[in-house]
Amino acid sequence: MAGRAIWKGELKIGSTKVPVKLYSAVADRTVRFHLLDDKHLMRVKQHMVNPDSGDEVTTQEVKKGYEIEPGKFVILTDEDLQSLEPKPSREIDVAEFVPPESINQQWYERPYYLGPDGDVDAYFALAEALENREREGIARWVMRNKHYIGALRSQDGYLVLVTLRNAAEVISARELPKPAGREPSAKELNMAKQLVGMLEGEFVASEFEDEYRKRVMEFIERKAKGHAPKLHAVKTKRKTTSLDTVLAKSLASLKKEKRAA
Amino acid sequence: MRPFWSGTLTFGLVSVPVNLFPANKSSRPSLRMLGDEGAPLQRRYFSQKTEKDLDADELVRGYEVAKGKFVVVTDDELDRLAPEKSRDIDLTRFVKEDTIPPVHFERGYFLTPESGSDKAYKLLAETMAKSGLAGLATFVMRGKEHLIAIFSDHGILRAETMRFADELRSPEDLGLPKKKKAPPATVRKFEKLISNKAKKSFAGAKLHDQQAEALLKLVKKKEKKRGNVVQVETEQREPGKVIDLVAVLKKSLAGK
Repeated sequence: MAGRAIWKGELKIGSTKVPVKLYSAVADRTVRFHLLDDKHLMRVKQHMVNPDSGDEVTTQEVKKGYEIEPGKFVILTDEDLQSLEPKPSREIDVAEFVPPESINQQWYERPYYLGPDGDVDAYFALAEALENREREGIARWVMRNKHYIGALRSQDGYLVLVTLRNAAEVISARELPKPAGREPSAKELNMAKQLVGMLEGEFVASEFEDEYRKRVMEFIERKAKGHAPKLHAVKTKRKTTSLDTVLAKSLASLKKEKRAA
Repeated sequence: MRPFWSGTLTFGLVSVPVNLFPANKSSRPSLRMLGDEGAPLQRRYFSQKTEKDLDADELVRGYEVAKGKFVVVTDDELDRLAPEKSRDIDLTRFVKEDTIPPVHFERGYFLTPESGSDKAYKLLAETMAKSGLAGLATFVMRGKEHLIAIFSDHGILRAETMRFADELRSPEDLGLPKKKKAPPATVRKFEKLISNKAKKSFAGAKLHDQQAEALLKLVKKKEKKRGNVVQVETEQREPGKVIDLVAVLKKSLAGK
């Protein structure tokens, strides 16, 4: 199934422009539940209610307010909110290029693929140039009445735009104190290094599967046919042993596994 | 504030009891819905059949198997469906930090050590930092299985939830044109543009939420005119509580 572009724009780097189409790179697989009324097993509806009187307030009557101190609101009208919307534009402005490793993983939010919209050569040339130079572009654009910031990168020869969070949305580990407590010993560090090294490998995304989603769907299917399977209660366990004994045991068992393989 | 999740992080046979707290917060100033007199309103669910408002205990979760036909699934059932091994964060694979494509990253959480596990916690954080490795695991949290990568970040362990391989589309899925070799002259032109606009590092602190700032500015302006402001009694109402996540994290990292 070919995807549909959700937006069209133009990458602008200095005075050079590359026309592109934007596609969501995410395929939603979440098992979607609905809230039901337990007596009639029908989907529920929502409305706004005055908690004192219990009366419904219709959408037209609802006012929006920003709470400046407890119980004190500044009313914002629809016109006020509209005046805050950015001007529509087709431009994706790429003003700078940074080393990818300088962007901590916390900033990345949602990925989009870009596809060429006409000039195929320019599209693939930009992807190749980003790869050769090992850089990600920092892009800004307006889409659907919203400002976006994103990282423009090359992935397997195609252009990808991953939206970035803003500074107010990211808590940096640098703001936080290092955890309290004792430091590990040199011997423990050495064993841990070996242990982690034995589990080291390449990143292969397909190695990991959402088994739980499958189990939930299977359960739903069986329940729909009228035979609800029995499920066991969750047990919790916890054991304590000294750190270096556990490290030594882990290493020994991993080495044994490797020999057997 | 209670942790988002509490459980055990394991590597090899070493287990580290940890708490998870969000590492992201919203920058959007939240607007309240108000009634005519300025009373904050509540969002309520109501029955389509009886049109009566429903309390939380009158609601159930259902999956639509056919139009209008639902299978009810309880929280307890969802808990019990999680395979036993998926209830811990078991780091089964370590990879070089910079080899995970950013398209996978979804949301960040800080891990703080549960009392008594600080030594094992520090051991893992230091080992990962020295080797530049991230640990990978899948585990079930709040009715969903998550693929996560754990990074060592300034002595603190940070988890990023990730999209599974089948939650990402490929260029072929989207019907993008086949890759083709671009003219070398055009590639060089872009390389030059990139070099001209190259910066040493990413300046995240400068990324502001322009829309949020504009909204707060407008609020400040409107606040001066009395007609724009409504005040209601607050005794019986709880004012919108703002949680200081950084303070919560500091406390948790200090072992309190």
